[in-house]
Amino acid sequence: MTARAGRGAGGLLRAAPALTVGAFLLPIAAGLAGTLLPAFGYLPAIGGDALGLDGFRRLVAYPGFASSVAVTLTTGIATPLLAVAIALALCAYAHGRPWQQRLSARLAPVLATPHSALAIGLAFLLAPSGWIARLGSPWLTGWTLPPDVATVGDPAGIALVLGLLVKEVPYLVLMIVGALNQVPAREHVVVARALGYSRTQAWLKVVLPQVYPQIRLPVYAVIAFSLSVVDVALILGPTNPPTLAVLAVRWFTDADIDFYFQAAAAATLLLAIVIAAIAGWYGLELVVIGAGRRWIAQGARDGALAAGARAGAAGFCALSAAAAAALAGMVLWSFAAQWRFPAALPQAWSLANWMRRLDGLAGPALTTLAVGVLATAIALALVIGCLENESRSRHRAGPRALWLLYLPLLVPQVAFLFGAQVLLVRLGFDGALAAVVWAHLVFVLPYLFLSLADPWRSFDPRYARSAASLGASPARVLFAVKLPILLKPVLIACAVAFAVSVGQYLATLFAGNGRVATLTTEAVTLAAGADRRVIGAYAVAQAAFPLLAYVAAVAIPALLYAHRRGLGGRG
Amino acid sequence: MMLRALLAAAAAALLLPAYAQDLKWPDVVAKARGQTVNFNAWAGDEKTNAFIAWVGAEVARRYGVKVNHVKLKDTAEAVTRVVAEKAAGRDAGGTVDLVWINGPNFLALKEQRLLFGPFTHALPGYARVDTTNIRSNVVDFTIPVDGMESPWRRAQIVFVYDGKRVRDPPRSVPELLVWAKAHPGRLTHPSVRNFLGATFLKQALYELAPDPAVLQKPATDANFAAVTAPLWAWYDALRPQLWRRGQQFPETGPAQRQLLNDGEIDMMISFNPSEAAVAIDAGLLPDSVRTFVFAKGTIGNTSFVAIPYNAANKEGAMIVADFLLEPATQAHAQDFRQMGNFTVLDMAKLTPAERRRFDELPRSPALPTNAELGTTLLEPHPSWMTRIASEWEKRYTK
Amino acid sequence: MTSAAAPLRLSAVRIELAGRELVAPLTLDIAPGECVTVMGPSGCGKSTLLAFVAGTIEPAFRATGRVALGARDVSDLPPEARRIGILFQDDLLFPHLSVGDNLAFALAPRVRERRKRRAQVAQALVEADLAGFADRDPATLSGGQRARVALMRTLLSEPQALLLDEPFNKLDAQLRQDFRRFVFAHAAERALPVLLVTHDAADAQAAGGRVVALARP
Repeated sequence: MTARAGRGAGGLLRAAPALTVGAFLLPIAAGLAGTLLPAFGYLPAIGGDALGLDGFRRLVAYPGFASSVAVTLTTGIATPLLAVAIALALCAYAHGRPWQQRLSARLAPVLATPHSALAIGLAFLLAPSGWIARLGSPWLTGWTLPPDVATVGDPAGIALVLGLLVKEVPYLVLMIVGALNQVPAREHVVVARALGYSRTQAWLKVVLPQVYPQIRLPVYAVIAFSLSVVDVALILGPTNPPTLAVLAVRWFTDADIDFYFQAAAAATLLLAIVIAAIAGWYGLELVVIGAGRRWIAQGARDGALAAGARAGAAGFCALSAAAAAALAGMVLWSFAAQWRFPAALPQAWSLANWMRRLDGLAGPALTTLAVGVLATAIALALVIGCLENESRSRHRAGPRALWLLYLPLLVPQVAFLFGAQVLLVRLGFDGALAAVVWAHLVFVLPYLFLSLADPWRSFDPRYARSAASLGASPARVLFAVKLPILLKPVLIACAVAFAVSVGQYLATLFAGNGRVATLTTEAVTLAAGADRRVIGAYAVAQAAFPLLAYVAAVAIPALLYAHRRGLGGRG
Repeated sequence: MMLRALLAAAAAALLLPAYAQDLKWPDVVAKARGQTVNFNAWAGDEKTNAFIAWVGAEVARRYGVKVNHVKLKDTAEAVTRVVAEKAAGRDAGGTVDLVWINGPNFLALKEQRLLFGPFTHALPGYARVDTTNIRSNVVDFTIPVDGMESPWRRAQIVFVYDGKRVRDPPRSVPELLVWAKAHPGRLTHPSVRNFLGATFLKQALYELAPDPAVLQKPATDANFAAVTAPLWAWYDALRPQLWRRGQQFPETGPAQRQLLNDGEIDMMISFNPSEAAVAIDAGLLPDSVRTFVFAKGTIGNTSFVAIPYNAANKEGAMIVADFLLEPATQAHAQDFRQMGNFTVLDMAKLTPAERRRFDELPRSPALPTNAELGTTLLEPHPSWMTRIASEWEKRYTK
Repeated sequence: MTSAAAPLRLSAVRIELAGRELVAPLTLDIAPGECVTVMGPSGCGKSTLLAFVAGTIEPAFRATGRVALGARDVSDLPPEARRIGILFQDDLLFPHLSVGDNLAFALAPRVRERRKRRAQVAQALVEADLAGFADRDPATLSGGQRARVALMRTLLSEPQALLLDEPFNKLDAQLRQDFRRFVFAHAAERALPVLLVTHDAADAQAAGGRVVALARP
């Protein structure tokens, strides 16, 4: 009897990988089709029944088309280049230093904070009338009025690049630190230094070539994200014209449905740009690898690199300081009654922003919580199903599965979310909370899988064997042995997933058809110009949610296992 | 499909006026009791939302009519829903009972005969509406209202400036250019994609067009270039003097207000004469801001409520429309601590006691008097704004 | 409730990996109370053989042959239904459970009453010379104590055979002797057939039974 029941559950488990892949491949595939077809004129529901290039013609005829493409390309390529350079420089610099071990823990707060919350904070920090200018005025700058300089929303997109770097650099650093654990970095650097190479050189020449293949996909994800980001571009990016992704969203959401065709064309063009950019980057990799080999073979032991690594590390510190100041500024605003240029701090304080907004905040906060918890729970069930199936059948997914997993992070969101929305409307499912949960699942799943896979796979299988020989069924082994021992990584993965869900802007906007309001959609909408005190409250709430999830993920196991030294407690 | 919907709507509309003409107010009040009115209204302004909530509480108490505020991001959503219901053959029991509407959206529903009415003659409160001096109460963006929608609040272009920095505000469109040249970088307007931004250009066009009377008719390919030529000449001179050299614009009115509050600009356009007073009260602008209008007048319009032809709760909807016209309601709406919208009523038609409600409203130095507001110019035909906006995008998006 | 002691029977067990034979056909009968030692250098497939008997062999291996406990053929049963206990080199006490809960984990669920379960756990701790250790964190125990708990945990699950996968390996000399004696005494007391794999001749000697040598493949 037990054996048969076990087999039934096993069947469900064997279906887990297919279910998981289906859960996010289906909407992406359907969504891409639903974007590509209208781009070429096919959308019968609104009278498009002939294939043609009219959408593209209208897109090209848009007065700001050329500058929009140009600024999309410059910001979308500058960001990954700078992000990779700074992240590598920092890791090279950090190698072997006492604080290297604490690096990933230090990154958690920034990684948890939604992009848009940081961008909102940066917008205030950097504006000509912003916090930096206020701190130095008028005693240093002589400004009694803010200068007329575009430091936010500048046509070149510098503020946008900065806003992206603040999050993308820590993300890459985290990926590099993870990859470093899988290569004998310390030993190799020791060997190289004994051969006369400096620490930085040793790292770049010996460790980096081993690490890069493992961060390749994350780098591609950064490229795709930088080219197609919407929320950060809305807040910090140029406006007249904006980037291609913002343009596509603006047209998709226009009351005049005629704009759908050129919106779909813009999204399709963006998809092509992303594919070309990744291909171009791959080509660049080949060139750099070739040149790098020659460089390494030359055996030069010059010292200029250390300065570069220091500069990168300094850049990282500046970005971290900017992120911290951005959030601090929003906290101050949320408690400000009045704060005018050039006062360095609010001139009057008040709790009213929180007390009076509580009603308005509560709805979106609850929705955020519900969507985040549901998406995380479903994703967790699927991911555990996949990983458990993998460890029971002892058949590990190959590198192709990893590409599949990264797909939602590589395909521009605008390119499939609109098509997915059309599908949802067709099913009468749009605007439902369930639709939003599904859309979030597409992005939550990969992150949850990526953060849980390593700890799960390195779980000592003999625990399970020993439990089985004691008579425990596979289900009991999973729930009474594996999950409790892996509680901390499971909760951390959940916190990552929850943070990803909280940060979703476009997915919520499209799947919710504008009717499901989360803290992020509200904050981004408000960022367009509402009362900064209210924006502050929303940005703080938005950042607080994932941070609290992280704190819980660390605190719960610590409390539960306070007396279990084997799990990090004090015994 | 659209054509079939139109034909069916026309047939249905033939039956409506009979009912509308026979409306007896006591019957309406009796039938309305217990109804729940789905009031579809743009929900982008917290003060307005609070006002609608207050209206709901009042009519529930006094008439037993509940109000459900269906919060819209864009009034076009409600229009689309009514059209869709028509197409689906839902000629009764529709989901939209009352809609806050004006201009193009009103035109769309009126032209397709998707509105119930005329009904305003049946509202007791309508008798106090100013239909002679406030022309926008009877002509909505050049479209005759014909009793198919009932006014409830008024908007008029004003400029808000910081009195500490601007001593002598400009009083005309050409003077605005002179001022901007003297104070480069201290003026902007919302993005022209935004209604208020387009209105900035409309206002300029009114004063600069050789003959503003043509604006009351649809723009044509034949006259558009000639009529707007002076506008573009003026704007070409103005733009380099604007904030960020006219390369960048605040996306919305509130974003523009934030710039004024941050000291990045010295004056801004607004569609609400009470905006300065309201914003000072809310701590959103410094106490030193004041309001001015142009000597030759500024564009104004009226917001209305209309009832779709298939509304399930027409009587309840009429109760709400009538309640909105009560002097006490109008005075409440005009209180700048509430909404600050100027009334649609004719003071001469009110009793002394009713007038006193308006006289006793709180004052603010930032609040213009009716006299200071000057002449209200009628909104041009909607086609002018559409064309101006796309022409602007063509000229200035690079 | 202990079922009658039965021999552990391996018949024609053959294991290969990627077409390479690791364990040549092996037939082995281990009587109740007897301990058979399988010896061989590391990599010769000793542990794989145990995994096959326990039912946890990796699918990468191709294994044929049968495993039976007396008349009961367990070859097709999942590991948890075989009632074959196993001890590894590491104690593998579950780090999230107390010592007592680790032992209770092994108790059959049919012992329902909480008092009875606690009594059995306490009894096992007394036998392991660890009376009063029930609430302790396993990580705070010494290596020898943990090894004894691991054995008691296995025995509480009432196995009908015991597999030992070099369980003495990580203990230092003195402890190793003590623990060997402890394991074999308990196995004999319960008349369990025992299969020990090791590369240490002293282990085989202490086991005192037959020795099967596996060659390097």
